Amino acid sequence: MSEPLHTVYVPRDAAALSVGADETAAAIRAEATKRGIPLRIVRNGSRGMLWLETLVEVETPEGRVAYGPVMAEDVAGLFDAGFLEGADHALAHGLTEKIPYFAKQERLTFARCGIIDPLSVEDYRLHGGFRGLERALAMTPAEIVTEVTDSGLRGRGGAGFPTGIKWNTVLNAKADQKYICCNADEGDSGTFADRMIMEGDPFCLIEGMTIAAIAVGATEGYIYIRSEYPHAVATMREAIRLAYDEKWLGDEIHGTGHRFHLDVRVGAGAYICGEETSMLESLEGKRGTVRAKPPLPALEGLFGKPTVVNNVLSLTSVPIILDKGADYYRDFGVGRSRGTLAFQLAGNIRHGGIVEKAFGVTLHELLYEFGGGTITGRPIRAVQAGGPLGAYLPPSLFDLPKDYEAFAAVEAMVGHGGIVVFDDSVDMARQARFAMEFCAAESCGKCTPCRIGAVRGVEVMDRIIAGERVAANITLLNDLCEVMTDGSLCAMGGMTPIPVRSALKHFPEDFTRSPAAVAAE
Amino acid sequence: MNARSPWSAERATAVIAANRHLRGALLPMLHALQEEFGCIDEEAIPLLARELNLSRADVHGVVSFYHEFRRSRPGRHTIKVCRAEACQSMNADGLIDHIRRRLKVDFHETTADDAFSLEPVFCLGNCALAPAVMVDETLHGRVSPARFDAIAASTLATEAAR
Repeated sequence: MSEPLHTVYVPRDAAALSVGADETAAAIRAEATKRGIPLRIVRNGSRGMLWLETLVEVETPEGRVAYGPVMAEDVAGLFDAGFLEGADHALAHGLTEKIPYFAKQERLTFARCGIIDPLSVEDYRLHGGFRGLERALAMTPAEIVTEVTDSGLRGRGGAGFPTGIKWNTVLNAKADQKYICCNADEGDSGTFADRMIMEGDPFCLIEGMTIAAIAVGATEGYIYIRSEYPHAVATMREAIRLAYDEKWLGDEIHGTGHRFHLDVRVGAGAYICGEETSMLESLEGKRGTVRAKPPLPALEGLFGKPTVVNNVLSLTSVPIILDKGADYYRDFGVGRSRGTLAFQLAGNIRHGGIVEKAFGVTLHELLYEFGGGTITGRPIRAVQAGGPLGAYLPPSLFDLPKDYEAFAAVEAMVGHGGIVVFDDSVDMARQARFAMEFCAAESCGKCTPCRIGAVRGVEVMDRIIAGERVAANITLLNDLCEVMTDGSLCAMGGMTPIPVRSALKHFPEDFTRSPAAVAAE
Repeated sequence: MNARSPWSAERATAVIAANRHLRGALLPMLHALQEEFGCIDEEAIPLLARELNLSRADVHGVVSFYHEFRRSRPGRHTIKVCRAEACQSMNADGLIDHIRRRLKVDFHETTADDAFSLEPVFCLGNCALAPAVMVDETLHGRVSPARFDAIAASTLATEAAR
């Protein structure tokens, strides 16, 4: 071959596919064939700059050069301009890693995501994969648990419980069988980081779960993925098959005496199964209703055995902690919030995507420096942080640093780092009503405050929106929120009042419009 | 395309048997049955109960708990529209109104020509490219009313070309 073989990257992440990545890849393939240019197309994960999807990258001696968003109809023009040599073009953004949005991040967990071919074990190893596991294989379980504890890692699913302490409980439990369960039921609106890393770097999750298994003495694990994520399910299943082939899973992990078997299970469209005990019920083949705690799942979890239940991002943070050490990880962050979090900018935002940053970054930086404000060009009026059970925050709180404790102090939560942006056309009374409606639709039904409280909440909100005896109904709403907060069995009913109360507190004008004003709309 | 196979007790028994080795097998069995027949047929309930040594009420309880499992056959294509907050912020409600008018169906209904069933969903994980719609297993982002019409038309055109 006289010409050098060009390498072009076209993501296969679900978000990229949703705006035509497959069509773009096919167009590149067809155009190259037509022009007789030898080409290698790698279907990588997403870099997380979702407004640039489909983000096509071309390998050059200086590094990967980015073009985006590239639609199939742009492809011929890119070839004409000489994009295979990294030439300039209206869609060119220069070297991908110099794009400010990407360059300003601190990528630990997502270090490989968007860079490698997600289903190449070789690529994974070339980029530091399995180094954490290799180190763990030479350590005692207690040493691994100590490393994770010292890193300061707290559960990335939202609750923020220290991961090392949870692992230690399972390590010290006596049982003939223990399990590792990965909660990949990412049901919260505004979150897609779990999906993105499962599709973009699935071996990282397998590695994290295997380290967890060795640390606590578990030999079986399950990844519980929601049915709304067919791409993630397919990618994880294929990655598990490849890991077995290469002996990173199975009876004798790389010639050591360690055994770990891993399987994917698919949920069936129930938000509550993101709650850890509901997820365990569902894995056991039952209705996904919440279990009363105690006993903790760490002591009596899946099939009644000691079980580590961790979120995807908790587990995918483990390989780098084992690889580079607890201190390296802990040195990122502020206060008791250590390491990095994958903030997810979603909703009405110009530059939506993943921003992995150390804790301590402010909402203002995320929304304006990274996010570029709203896509509609109107002012941001509210953001919902931490999912549908998280608080709605007004601009006056945007200088708050992302820190579990700082957020808790204003009755809000960092949660899993999801941030949903609304412009000034939002009606906060309707958002409060939706929080109740969502709880009514998704409550598991086991406890009364959640099951019935949410239905009553919708009724009360309807009366408030209609302008009926507003003051008395707001009093009733507050009372109802108190009952749900104090009386619910789990976070579903217990936290539904958070978006409702925050909307009422920060945007009271939307709740007290006169009936005449309502009628005039 | 949604599965269209007519109910067959023999085929169902084989599908159930293929998942017998799994622990907590009921959900995998239900997924496999739905993939085969497009829904959980009433006649599958006693088969599952017998296989797993559960009461019919237990099985019914599981089937009815999860939004994903359906009791009747859907149209040839299922359209899931996201109703969650990120999509709301990008006027998903307006898109939903358009889809209802366009297809002349409400949520949980199937069009008169049996082409589309419309389902609400809370989050498809495409929140930075809202509003999001999933047609069968194909995800679409930044779906405007005009883009929705094009997606629906191309779904039918692909089907006709087969």
